[in-house]
Amino acid sequence: MSDTVLYALEAALNGLTVGIMYSLVALGFVLIFKASGIFNFAQGVMALFAALTLVGFQTGQVPFSHLINAAFGTSIHNFGWTMPTLLAIPATIAVMVGFAWLVERIVLKHLVNQAPIILFMATIGLAYFLEGLGDIMWGAEVKPLNVGLPQGMSRWVDETTFNLFGYGFFVDVLSLWALAIAAVLVTALVIFSQYTKQGRALRAVADDHQAALSVGISLRFIWVLTWSIAGLVALVAGIMWGSKSGVQFSLSLIALKALPVLILGGFTSIPGAIVGGLLIGVGEKLFDFFMQPVIGGATENWFAYMLALAFLLFRPQGLFGEKIIERV
Amino acid sequence: MLYREAGDFKTSYASDNQTFPIRFDRYAYWVVLLLAVCVVPFFLNDYWTKSIIVPFLIYVIAALGLNILIGYCGQLSLGTGAFMAVGAYATFKLTMMAPGLNVFVVFILAGLVTSAVGVLFGLPSLKIKGFYLAVATLAAQFFLIWLFTRQGWFFNYSPTGMITMPVRTMLGFAVTGPSASAAAIYLTCLFFVIVMAWLARNLTRGTTGRSWMAIRDMDIAAEIIGVNPLIAKLTAFAVSSFFVGVAGALLFGVQLGAAEAGEAFGINKSFLVLFMVIIGGLGSIMGSFLGAAFLVVLPVILKVLLVDSLGWPSDLARHLEVMIIGALIVLVLILEPHGMAALWRTIKDKLRLWPFPH
Amino acid sequence: MKMTRLAALLAATLMAAPAVAQDLHFPMLNYRTGPFAPGGIPFADGYQDYLTLINQRDGGIGGLPIRMTECETAYNTERGVECYESIRGDNPLILQPLSTGITYQLIPRATADGVPIHSMGYGRTSAVNGDVFPYVFNYPANYWDGASVAINYLLSQNGDSLQGKKITLVYHNSAYGREPIPTLERLAAQYGFTLVTIPVDSPGQEQGSQWLQIRRERPDYVLMWGWGVMNAVAVQEAANIGFPMENFIGIWWSGSENDVRPAGAGANGYTALTLHGVGTDYPLYADLQTHVIDAGMAAGAGDQIGTVLYSRGLYAAMLAVEAARTAQALAGHAQITGAEMRAGMEALVITEERLAELGLPNFSASFEVSCANHGGGGQAMVQRWDAAADRWNLITDWISSDRELIMELVAADSAAFAAENNIQPACAN
Repeated sequence: MSDTVLYALEAALNGLTVGIMYSLVALGFVLIFKASGIFNFAQGVMALFAALTLVGFQTGQVPFSHLINAAFGTSIHNFGWTMPTLLAIPATIAVMVGFAWLVERIVLKHLVNQAPIILFMATIGLAYFLEGLGDIMWGAEVKPLNVGLPQGMSRWVDETTFNLFGYGFFVDVLSLWALAIAAVLVTALVIFSQYTKQGRALRAVADDHQAALSVGISLRFIWVLTWSIAGLVALVAGIMWGSKSGVQFSLSLIALKALPVLILGGFTSIPGAIVGGLLIGVGEKLFDFFMQPVIGGATENWFAYMLALAFLLFRPQGLFGEKIIERV
Repeated sequence: MLYREAGDFKTSYASDNQTFPIRFDRYAYWVVLLLAVCVVPFFLNDYWTKSIIVPFLIYVIAALGLNILIGYCGQLSLGTGAFMAVGAYATFKLTMMAPGLNVFVVFILAGLVTSAVGVLFGLPSLKIKGFYLAVATLAAQFFLIWLFTRQGWFFNYSPTGMITMPVRTMLGFAVTGPSASAAAIYLTCLFFVIVMAWLARNLTRGTTGRSWMAIRDMDIAAEIIGVNPLIAKLTAFAVSSFFVGVAGALLFGVQLGAAEAGEAFGINKSFLVLFMVIIGGLGSIMGSFLGAAFLVVLPVILKVLLVDSLGWPSDLARHLEVMIIGALIVLVLILEPHGMAALWRTIKDKLRLWPFPH
Repeated sequence: MKMTRLAALLAATLMAAPAVAQDLHFPMLNYRTGPFAPGGIPFADGYQDYLTLINQRDGGIGGLPIRMTECETAYNTERGVECYESIRGDNPLILQPLSTGITYQLIPRATADGVPIHSMGYGRTSAVNGDVFPYVFNYPANYWDGASVAINYLLSQNGDSLQGKKITLVYHNSAYGREPIPTLERLAAQYGFTLVTIPVDSPGQEQGSQWLQIRRERPDYVLMWGWGVMNAVAVQEAANIGFPMENFIGIWWSGSENDVRPAGAGANGYTALTLHGVGTDYPLYADLQTHVIDAGMAAGAGDQIGTVLYSRGLYAAMLAVEAARTAQALAGHAQITGAEMRAGMEALVITEERLAELGLPNFSASFEVSCANHGGGGQAMVQRWDAAADRWNLITDWISSDRELIMELVAADSAAFAAENNIQPACAN
C-alpha cells in the first residue's frame, strides 16, 4: 500500500480513538437532554469539577483553603493524608450526586416549563458558577491526574500493523483504555435504561413529562438521578482528558468539541453520541491530514462544526435523533 | 401621580403612534439625551470613560444587534464574537487601504461588510432552527477566527498577527490612538449609539420588526399568512450583523487600539453579549441598555468592593466575580425570565397608577 | 438607603485623590485566574516576594518603600486596559503585563503617558530599537534571540553544521507563537536546514494530528513555542510517540515545572531555554527565607518558591529594582517619576559583581542597555529536566544569539512600525 494510504489509515485510526473521547463528553449531554429536555452547557465544567474533586480527595487538599486563608489569615493547605484512588472515585461520585441534588433543588425546580432557551441560559450561568466554585474550592494551578491508567504508544498496535503493512501505526494506549471504558459505560447505560425500573422511568420521562407524572413517576427524583449519572459520565470524561494534560481550566472547553458530535448523532440518542463522535474524530483527522499542506493546519477548532453544519442541512435531527415534528 | 396620563389626549394618528406616548417619558428622554451630549463630556474622568462608559456604549450596540436577531427574530446565534472580529478587521483593512477616508465612514463601511458576512452565515437559518442554528453559528465563530489568525492578508502579513489602529481624526480631534481625549472617544461612541438605537427602535416598530416577530413566534404560521421567511430571516441577520460589526469596529478602533482575533473576539465575547441580551430582556431595546450596563459595571463594582475596599486578593475576587455572575444569571432567569426590561416595565406600570395600587 | 450608602462608598473610593505619599509605586498586572493562571501565579509570587524582601530587608530603594498594587487581568486585553487606566494616575514606575496581547495594547498608551514597559522576553520583539520604542524594553533577550540561541545550541551539538537536518517548530497559533518564524526561516536559509512549522490551535488540548505528523516526518529536532496547557500536552504526546526528549527544545515560556510534571517519567530529558539560573541554590534565598517566608509575607500559597516561573518573576523584580536604583542615581533624588525610571532602565548595567552582591551569582547574563538597544545582550542558557530528581539542571553556560541578524530584522520591523504610525526617532544620536 502506498505511503499516503497508510498514513491516512493511521490518521483515521487515531480519529476513531479521539472520537471516543469526544463521545464520552457528549454522552452526558445526551442523558440530560433525553430526560429533561435541557441542553446542559455545564457538562464540560462538570467534568472539570469532578476531576478537580478527585485530585483534591486523592491528595488530601483542604477545600476552600484560599478563601479560608484570606478571610482568617491562616495558612492551611493540606489535610496531610492521601486517599487511594479506589476510595477517591466513589467519594467524588458522592459529591457529584450531591451536586445533582442541589442543582435540582435550586435551579431546575424553579425553571419547570420554561422555554428551552431559558433553560440553556440557566445552564450557562450554572457553568460559570461551577467554574468559579471549582477555582475557589480547589485552586487554579495545574494538577496532574493519575488514576493508574497507562499512557504511551501501544506496542501491540505498532507491531501488528508493522507486520501487516510494513509501517507501525501509532495509537495511544490511553485511547484504547478510553475505548474499553466507553464500551463498558455505554453497555451499562443501555442495560440500565432497558432493563431496570428506574431506567424505564427515565425513558418515560424523556417521552412525555405529563404522562410520566400521571403514572406516578417522581419527576424530581428522575432529574436528580439523571444529573447524577451525567455527573458520573462527566467524571469519567474528566479522568480521561485530565490524564492526558493535567487538570486545569481548559478541560472545560472540551464541551465545545462535544456539540458537533451531538448534532451529528442527534441530541437524544446514546448510540448516536458514539457514532457521531467516531465520525467527527475520523473526519477531523483525515481533513487535517489531507488539507494541512494546503491551508495550513490548526483546523481542529472549526472543521467539526462545518461537518456538523453540512449534516444539518440534509438531516436536521442528526443521524439517530427523533424527527422534529412541528405543529402550527 | 408622577407619571401622568390623565389629560394627555392625542389628536392625530402620528402622535398616537409615537415611541414615547407618555409626556413624562418624552421629556425624560430629551433631558437624558441633552445631558449625555452636552453635560457629561465636561465631567469625564479618564478611568471611568475608558473602563466603564465607552465599553458600555460599545456593548450596547452589540447587544442591540444580538437582541434584534435573538429577541425579535428568534434566531439563536453564538457567533457574535466572530462578527465583531469581522467589523474590526474590516476597519483595519479599510483604513490601511484608504488612509484618507473619514474614520466614521470607515466604521459604517465595516458594518456593511459584516452585514454581508452575516447574511452568508445566516443562510443555514433557512433550514435549521433553535439549538442547531446556534451550533451552526458556532461554526461561523470558529471558522472566522481561524481565518483571521491564519490568513496573512487580514493582518497585513505582520509577523505577530496583531492589528493596530493608527491615529485618525474627526473634525480635527483625534478619535483613535492614545492621544484621543476621553471626551472625543465618548462622543464618537455616543453618536453611534444614538443613531443605532434610533434605527433599531424604528425598524422593530415597523413592518420589518413585525415580520421578524411573526417568524419568532410561529414561523410556519407566519409563512402561511404571507411573511416571506427568506427575506425576514436574512434581513434580521443583515441588520444584526451591521450593528455587531460597528460595535466590533468601535471596540478595536476606539477602545482597544490593538487586537488579535483569537484573544479579543473569542467565544467568551459571544457568550458575554448573549448574557447581556438575556439578562437585559429579549425583544426589548431598553433591555439591551440595561443588560449591557449590568454586565459592564458589575465586574468593576465587585473589584472595587472586594479588592480595593475589603483588601481581598485579586484572584479570589475574580473567582467570586465569576461565581456571582453565574449565580445572578440563574437568579434573573428564575425570578424574571424576561429580563430586567420586564422589571423596568413593571415598575413603569406601577408608577402609572401610583399612588393607587390598581 | 443601602443603595445610596453603597453608591456613596463607591463614589468616595473612586474619586478619592491619591494621597501624596513618598513611595515607589510598582503596579503588578498579574493573572492568577483564567486559562493561563498556572503560568501567571508563580511569576506573580516571585515578583511580589522579591519586592517584599527589598522592603523588609533594605527598607525600600533609596530609603523609599515600594508600594505594590495588584490588578487581576486574567490574561484578557480589555481587563489589561482597565487595570492600566486604574493605576496610570498614580505615578506607576514600571509595567510588566506578562502577556504579549496586553503589551501591544499598552505600548501606545504607556508611551503617551510616560510609563516604561518591561516586557522581559515577550511582547513586541522590535522594541529592542529604542529609537522607535522609547518606553518599551525587553532585556535581557527576546524571541528572535531565543530562536537564534536555540539554533546556536543545536549547532554546537552538531559540530557547527546543521546542513541537511530537519527542524520542526511546533507553535501556539497566536501572535506569541508566530514570532520566531521569520528568524528561523532566515537561519534555515543560512545554515541549510529544513524548517517545518506546525501550528497548534489555542488552547492546545488536542495535538494528536500534529504529533502524528511529527512521527511520520521524523525531524531531527523539534522546537516549541507554547504556553499554558499546550506545553504539557505536547510533552506528553512527544513522550507517547517516543520522540527523544533531548532533541525537544522549548523556548523559555515552555520550560517550567507545570509543563513537564504531568507527563511524569516520560518527560525526562526535555530541554528548554532559560533566561536565568534555576533552583534555590543562591544566597538570596537565605534572605528570602528569613525576611519573607518565615515572616509569613510570602505571596500566594507559598508553594511555588524555587520553580522556574517563580525565578523568572524574581528576576523581573530584581531588574526593576536595579533600574530604579540607577534612575535614582541619575535623577539625584529618591522619588522618581516614570520618565526618570525610563532613563534608569536605559542606563541599566548588570555585571557579575553586582549579581554576586545581590546574592544571585551567575543567575543572569551580564548586559548593558542603551538607547539603540533596549534588548540587552540576547543570551540564554539551556536547561534539562530530570524527572527522577524532579528538578531542572543547567546543561550549558550563557549562549549568545546572532545579534547582527537580530538587529537587522529589528531595524526592518521597527521601521515599518515607525512609518505606519509616524514616529520620530527618539535617540539623541
